[in-house]
Amino acid sequence: MKPDDPDVIWLEEPKLNLFERLYLPAIIDGLGVTGRHAVTKKMTRQYPDEPYQPADPLKYRGVHRLNRDEQGRVKCVACFLCATACPAHCIDIVAAEAPWPDREKYPEHFAIDELRCIYCGMCEEACPVDAIELTSFYDLTGLTREEMVFDKEKLLSVFDMTKDREPLRTAGFRLSQVPPEEKEEEEK
Amino acid sequence: MATIVVNGQEIQIPDGARMNLIEAARLAGVEIPHYCYHPGLSVVASCRMCLVEVGQRDADGNVRMLPKLVPACATPAQDGTVVVTNSEKVRSAEALVEELLLLDHPVDCPICDQAGECYLQDYYYKYGRRERRAPAEPFTSRRKDVGQFVTLFIDRCVMCSRCVRFTREVSGTGELAVVKRGNRAIIDVFPGQELNNPLSGNTVDICPVGALCSKPFLYKQRVWFLRTHRSICTLCATGCAVLVDQNMNRVYRLRPRFNPNANDWWMCDYGRFGFDFVYDPRRLLRPGTRGDDSEPSATDWEVVLESLATRVRRAAQEGKPVGVLLSPFLSCEDAYLACTWFREVAPAARFYLGPVPVEGEDERFPKRPLGAIGGGTESRPRFVISGEKCPNARGVRLVIEHFQERAQEVADFVADLDRDGAGFVYIAGGYPQPWGDELAGVLEKADYVVVHDLFPGPLTEKADLVLPMAVWFERAGSYVNRNGVLQCTERAVVPRGEARSVGRVMWSLLGRSGLYRAEDVLQELALAVPAFAPAGAISDYPEHGIPLQSVHVAAGEEPAEV
Repeated sequence: MKPDDPDVIWLEEPKLNLFERLYLPAIIDGLGVTGRHAVTKKMTRQYPDEPYQPADPLKYRGVHRLNRDEQGRVKCVACFLCATACPAHCIDIVAAEAPWPDREKYPEHFAIDELRCIYCGMCEEACPVDAIELTSFYDLTGLTREEMVFDKEKLLSVFDMTKDREPLRTAGFRLSQVPPEEKEEEEK
Repeated sequence: MATIVVNGQEIQIPDGARMNLIEAARLAGVEIPHYCYHPGLSVVASCRMCLVEVGQRDADGNVRMLPKLVPACATPAQDGTVVVTNSEKVRSAEALVEELLLLDHPVDCPICDQAGECYLQDYYYKYGRRERRAPAEPFTSRRKDVGQFVTLFIDRCVMCSRCVRFTREVSGTGELAVVKRGNRAIIDVFPGQELNNPLSGNTVDICPVGALCSKPFLYKQRVWFLRTHRSICTLCATGCAVLVDQNMNRVYRLRPRFNPNANDWWMCDYGRFGFDFVYDPRRLLRPGTRGDDSEPSATDWEVVLESLATRVRRAAQEGKPVGVLLSPFLSCEDAYLACTWFREVAPAARFYLGPVPVEGEDERFPKRPLGAIGGGTESRPRFVISGEKCPNARGVRLVIEHFQERAQEVADFVADLDRDGAGFVYIAGGYPQPWGDELAGVLEKADYVVVHDLFPGPLTEKADLVLPMAVWFERAGSYVNRNGVLQCTERAVVPRGEARSVGRVMWSLLGRSGLYRAEDVLQELALAVPAFAPAGAISDYPEHGIPLQSVHVAAGEEPAEV
């Protein structure tokens, strides 16, 4: 930047008069703001005492789950698209031939490093079979880094824990199908 | 020179070049999509993907186009041929073929190993319709294991019949056939037969879709994670040019790379699936000394090299013989640096060529001359699996012959050691199996034995110092194959454990500064050894290798025409 650049507009700092240079009015002003907030309704939440419930759990991006199919088997087909899409490289999959006659490929090992994850939801977006989803469960804690790497069993147990509260999010909305509520609205 | 016109662009093709329109258009930089055409197989024009508009330009410059589209793979490029590949007519024909091929396709790309290098995917994006008109209902393909290494996903097939032609024309075993008719046609093996010929893995490579998959590689990796490096296969003297695919420092797959001087488009299953020994848990990973059970620390290489150099110097000063046995698994650079260093510290050192493993006769393909679908039988073999199971017997021999009159053999090594004893013996191995029973007994007569090898075996038991060696894709180097063609390889992965190549060890023993670079050593070798002179002053190594003169060509095998 050059000082004589015509695009640069130079502003002069406003001169303070004697009253302003006392700084007392500004201090009183600030104390006024503090006092007003002390008596009005509180904006913050006393978090562990008052737990937070996401307004729409279906839109919240929390801990992952691996969905089960109708027969209770892991729905994932080990296509690696989530691992490919993941910007944090936190998904580790080992694929194998499925032990079931109607399936070809399944994840023998599936792990997500929940500490490394940035909860962007790209894995959910990439999944062609709606097997991986982010739940509204957010306050996960652990004592070691190792226990924050969730393996297949743990991710399936997250599904078992959350399946009643949060139904499969994307099922039925794929293949350009219109959800029933919207159809009714269109008919009206 | 014949002139042909591709999309209005004139190109010259050399006289006598028998070329179809796909190849000619490629010269002009125009891609004509195709499934069934493969340069190494006969032409059947069955997939109809390469349909183009073709015409003929006469002497006056008038062009007469044929009224119908013709397959480019079955149309020879002649003087005055006019090809149009970007017209509306051609584009709609291509989109139609794509649409028909995908009608019955399972569209199970997420679980298909070919996804990412699948021509059905690529061509659909480039030439297909934007939207699919038929309902898309992905399903799991039927599957059949057709051989030890190959599995067939029946519904993914596009019936290009490349694999069928391969087994008839190249391997000459003819296990595969098209059975049933019309839209129920499938590829299958003949009843009671299996696709178990030694070239079966090539059917996986030439399959343009995911119908034939390699069982050892099945579901191991998605192909877009793999990084590819140019290399060669070192498990026989044919020296097939290959691509080494690795991810996270582990090699998952070898694929053949076209080289008319060695392997054409093919490679054998022994080489393709035979690199498992690299990841064998028994492999030597750390330098060790005899009688020392403790795990040597990471810095031990420096200590070890120090004591190695001291021992050689002592043996040379005391006037005791120094024997150096170099195996035919070493690269030319390895052998050259080893000879250079030993000649420097022990001028009387004797160099021996390690045992050259031979297993039976050369295996020639096609196995039996079956009538090709569109061509006769040929007298020259299409592919040879060498009986000599090592990559560089000729190269190492040439290097040793530069340093002494004759490359002595293992028998000489045993005889010399038995007669004279030795102050110091260095044995560089690299064989994929344990070896050296014939040498082990006589090593007692040497004062100090260093074995640089891959696996513990009879030699390492007798060794005073054991060094771990890097295998071929863990180091860069060059190798002379049975046709006398020098091929250079890239390093694909970092060596396992603390393994080092002979070249790198000798580089540090020579006290040279900087990193060991095989390219520089090859330049030095080309200047020093006349037989390697053609490799000199080449900055970018040709993909098809450098033919060397004056190389012992395997008996009965003509040198490749270059």
